[in-house]
Amino acid sequence: MVLFRIKPHRHPLFLLAAILIALQTHLSLAQNQHVPASSIPTADLIQPAELAASLQSASPKPLILQVGSHILFAEAHIPGSEYAGPAGQDTGTLKDRVATLAKDTPIVLYCGCCPWGRCPHIAPAYNLLHSEGFTHLKVLYISDNFGTDWVNKGYPVEKGR
Amino acid sequence: MNLRKTTVILFAAAITTAPLAMRGQSPQKATQLTIRVAPDFTKPALDGKTVHLATYRGKLVLLNFWATWCGPCLTEIPRFNTWQTKYGPQGLQIIGVSMDDDSAPVQKAARKLQFTYPVVMGDEHLGEQYGGVLGLPISYLIGPDGKVLARYQGDTDLSQMEARIQSLVQSLNR
Repeated sequence: MVLFRIKPHRHPLFLLAAILIALQTHLSLAQNQHVPASSIPTADLIQPAELAASLQSASPKPLILQVGSHILFAEAHIPGSEYAGPAGQDTGTLKDRVATLAKDTPIVLYCGCCPWGRCPHIAPAYNLLHSEGFTHLKVLYISDNFGTDWVNKGYPVEKGR
Repeated sequence: MNLRKTTVILFAAAITTAPLAMRGQSPQKATQLTIRVAPDFTKPALDGKTVHLATYRGKLVLLNFWATWCGPCLTEIPRFNTWQTKYGPQGLQIIGVSMDDDSAPVQKAARKLQFTYPVVMGDEHLGEQYGGVLGLPISYLIGPDGKVLARYQGDTDLSQMEARIQSLVQSLNR
């Protein structure tokens, strides 16, 4: 067998595969320096349709916090929601906002600045509130962005800061 | 399983998954247009000069909304820098619009990104004029007559975008 006349672990094909895998791992890590949104447990996600329906109901509303861009918030946001700073940049705004709240306060976090897997804000926001001990925490699952998954679906919006 | 089979499988897996690891998810094509004519604006650029969109009539303009915290945006910018150098002499003008909340991180990023085209600071009014910039990145391809030719949002197929630009600048120079 020509393929293994040299030591198998030194075979060029084996070495090339190892280099490619190492390169892929490096690239993946470089792209995911932010905490990926996929780390948020599925049980803690809420779908846009479900949140939109709950806003229409007479039941008590959760505190809804947008944790991404202030400019995008000013363009359009969920009625009654508050801007809580870009969580991925650790400005302390979100921590300050929830500092005096009871830990069982129902809270919904959302961003929608980027496609879900590339959002730099939503997982840091979730992790912060989770570590602070909030027990009734939900995260709005926005697949592509707030425009596509909320505004274009016809769900209610407000403008302004 | 013998080591030869393992090696071949490992190699095949590395080759087939490389593009996925590099992109993260499948690229998007141009999306449906919500505006027909590009709204005009005048804004100061990071370098202190003024950018007035209407003065680029006659050129092909790629207007790119981005932000320093947006991963997919930062992936695109090196390609845009190359395109400006490559197609600029043929009539392409790229303009970056940062949707960051303040200019400090943009100035810092600009030193690293070495833009070959002007970058201005955007705001919600400009975003609304462009049909709602409610997710990044978003790029508009604007024809020499000011009409919007295409809108690209999210992770975009940059090869496809470049092919379109290449074809359009060629028709500009015919």
